Amino acid sequence: MITEAVQGRETYLNASYGIKSWLFTKDHKRIGLLYLATITLFFFLGGAFATAIRLELLTPQGGLVSSDTYNKLFTMHGVAMIFFFLIPSIPATLGNFFLPMMIGARDLAFPRINLLSWYLLVIGGLFALFAMLVGGVDTGWTFYTPYSTTYSNTWVIATALGIFVAGFSSILTGLNFIVTVHRMRAPGMTWFRLPLFVWSHYATALIQVLGTPVLAVTIVLVFCERVFHIGIFDPALGGDPILFQHLFWFYSHPAVYIMVLPAMGVISELVSTFSRKPVFGYHFVAFASVAIAVLGFLVWGHHLFVSGQSLYAGMVFSFLSYFVAIPSAIKVFNWTATLYKGSISYATPMLYAFGFVGLFTIGGLTGLFVACLGIDVHVTDTYFVVAHFHYIMVGGAIMAYLGGLHYWWPKMTGRMYPEGWAKLSALVIFLGFNLTFFPQFILGYLGMPRRYHVYPPEFQVLHVLSTAGASVLAAGYVIPMAYFIWSLRYGKVASSNPWGATGLEWKTASPPPPHNFDETPVVTHEAYDYSTVMGEVIEVG
Amino acid sequence: MASEAHAETLALREQFDTAAQQKDASTLGMWIFLITEVMFFGGLFLAYTVYRSLYPESFGLASSTLNEIIGAANTAVLLCSSFTMVLAVRAAQLGQRRTIMLFLVLTIILGLAFLGIKGFEWTEKFHEHHVPGPTFHLEGTAMQGQAQLFFSLYFAMTGLHALHMVVGCGIMFYLLWATYRGRYSAEYYTPVDVGGLYWHFVDIIWIFLFPLLYLIDRHLK
Repeated sequence: MITEAVQGRETYLNASYGIKSWLFTKDHKRIGLLYLATITLFFFLGGAFATAIRLELLTPQGGLVSSDTYNKLFTMHGVAMIFFFLIPSIPATLGNFFLPMMIGARDLAFPRINLLSWYLLVIGGLFALFAMLVGGVDTGWTFYTPYSTTYSNTWVIATALGIFVAGFSSILTGLNFIVTVHRMRAPGMTWFRLPLFVWSHYATALIQVLGTPVLAVTIVLVFCERVFHIGIFDPALGGDPILFQHLFWFYSHPAVYIMVLPAMGVISELVSTFSRKPVFGYHFVAFASVAIAVLGFLVWGHHLFVSGQSLYAGMVFSFLSYFVAIPSAIKVFNWTATLYKGSISYATPMLYAFGFVGLFTIGGLTGLFVACLGIDVHVTDTYFVVAHFHYIMVGGAIMAYLGGLHYWWPKMTGRMYPEGWAKLSALVIFLGFNLTFFPQFILGYLGMPRRYHVYPPEFQVLHVLSTAGASVLAAGYVIPMAYFIWSLRYGKVASSNPWGATGLEWKTASPPPPHNFDETPVVTHEAYDYSTVMGEVIEVG
Repeated sequence: MASEAHAETLALREQFDTAAQQKDASTLGMWIFLITEVMFFGGLFLAYTVYRSLYPESFGLASSTLNEIIGAANTAVLLCSSFTMVLAVRAAQLGQRRTIMLFLVLTIILGLAFLGIKGFEWTEKFHEHHVPGPTFHLEGTAMQGQAQLFFSLYFAMTGLHALHMVVGCGIMFYLLWATYRGRYSAEYYTPVDVGGLYWHFVDIIWIFLFPLLYLIDRHLK
């Protein structure tokens, strides 16, 4: 296995053996791998629900499952994918593994809290799994009141408890990252020498820390309301269901940026490495991350345009939502400008980066459609919205996650993945994704509502296209799973810096020693200074 | 266990270069945790603000049934506990092990006294049918739902605050045990410092809860 590649050298993988050495590890790299295994499980679980949804939608009659089952399928798809895959995805795996290395630290500031946060995710995940196994939950991942508190007869509380516990995992990860970036940087690693991956994770951590507690207290109130019927969200007793929506989206809109900001950090690294140029306008890209985090807290009301919120509030939220486009566009333009006159190589991670930029742009621009009051009234709760947020979350966040996973795989395992297969699967995923979700924009614009499994026959062609795309996409996700496992044994042995990249994580061996660096590095250059790696041989291109 | 002279070197965890860096990190970590707590209670304060502005009469009436003398007494108890906590931290800075223990014990006693008084108040509410639920009844208003909303928030807010007090007492017991074992010295007392931050924070939450819940519209009484 991997140990053959590193004969005689101590790495984080061979420093100790046995199940206990993993379950009680305080090494951020091992915890990153624990997270990787856990969220991969939830990814395929959520994918299974998506498969069932797409199969059901092949025919307009709604013959495969009952309406109640269908409600449960899309709810559990959302719960598994959002709370147990996307929220932890990049920060808890790649962030956990590489943030300390990128700033030249031996570990995160609080390794025990880091391990605790993984256990919290597992415990929360078990609650959610339990709810799914014994009967499921059917409220939609948004848990709108009074449906979730009064009318639903499914496992709302078990699921909500799972999300509550997993939320603390997210909070602790964010807390750990903030303190680590503030206090653990190596000598010479000033704020404006930080890789942009670190900046985007810092911005993400701010959202995790400020937003997640509000979700937690909202879940506490839903719990009290459902168990004791105390009236907080019950209009019959004077309560206001809209208050729930405000509290919920105060977290859940910024949560979208918890998913996509780390993805942007990954893309900055990839675009720079594979065009061998510093990211154009470093300061702008860094501050754009923080701006997105801040603005993200001011736009939650655009989820309430048709919920009875005042028209004037709607106008303000609409206006503020447009503002988010500015820092997002700065990033897209700056990545594009980075490519200009660069020495571009088309390695797999770069293919994912190209995919991200294109799909994120489509997802972002359609976001402007739904941020516009007039158009939103037309497309609210239609497949247009479904397509829009899948372009951001799947086309954006998951593309970047996979790109990052390929990029850092040699560092994590000491082995290269097979480039040919990887390029093929990147292409399959890109095509499958667009075939799945582009028809949904049209469906939604024509009036197909989300969360229905019986639909008028004229929509069938587009639904069949979408299901066909989903099959291609599923194949695209299984191929990397297979060759990543294959590469652990048969992959080409990776050098310490196979891409000729500049980050500190590439200055140490692959896989890294237990404490990352044999001696604490001293940073003397700006980030992405390729003059420092002129001599490096690039192995794949 | 470590003698006091070696406490600092033994307490330095491997990811840190210096004791100062470790202390800074722990303190910053606690401050950020307290920010998350502000956001957590913030959701409840928002709900309170919304409903109080929607139903000012019912909230005023329901609030006037609370016993402000007991509430004020409990506020005093809690403020005293913060004072003893500060003295415990001061003793830790000076490395006076016995004094730390004395003030930690006093802090715990005051904390438990607060919880006892709170428990007494809750029992009283139970007897007066002021606990939200099927038997809820408040004299002098037709708006039972709105009045119940006040008490729902009262129990949610004071309940979560009490839960934080229980956790706080747990932390104090841990600090007491660790002090007894000689873990802390004038060079290394970060846990006492950080535990103190948490204690003061829980105290401050109450400083906001007391006027919001007990002191609105006293003139109606």
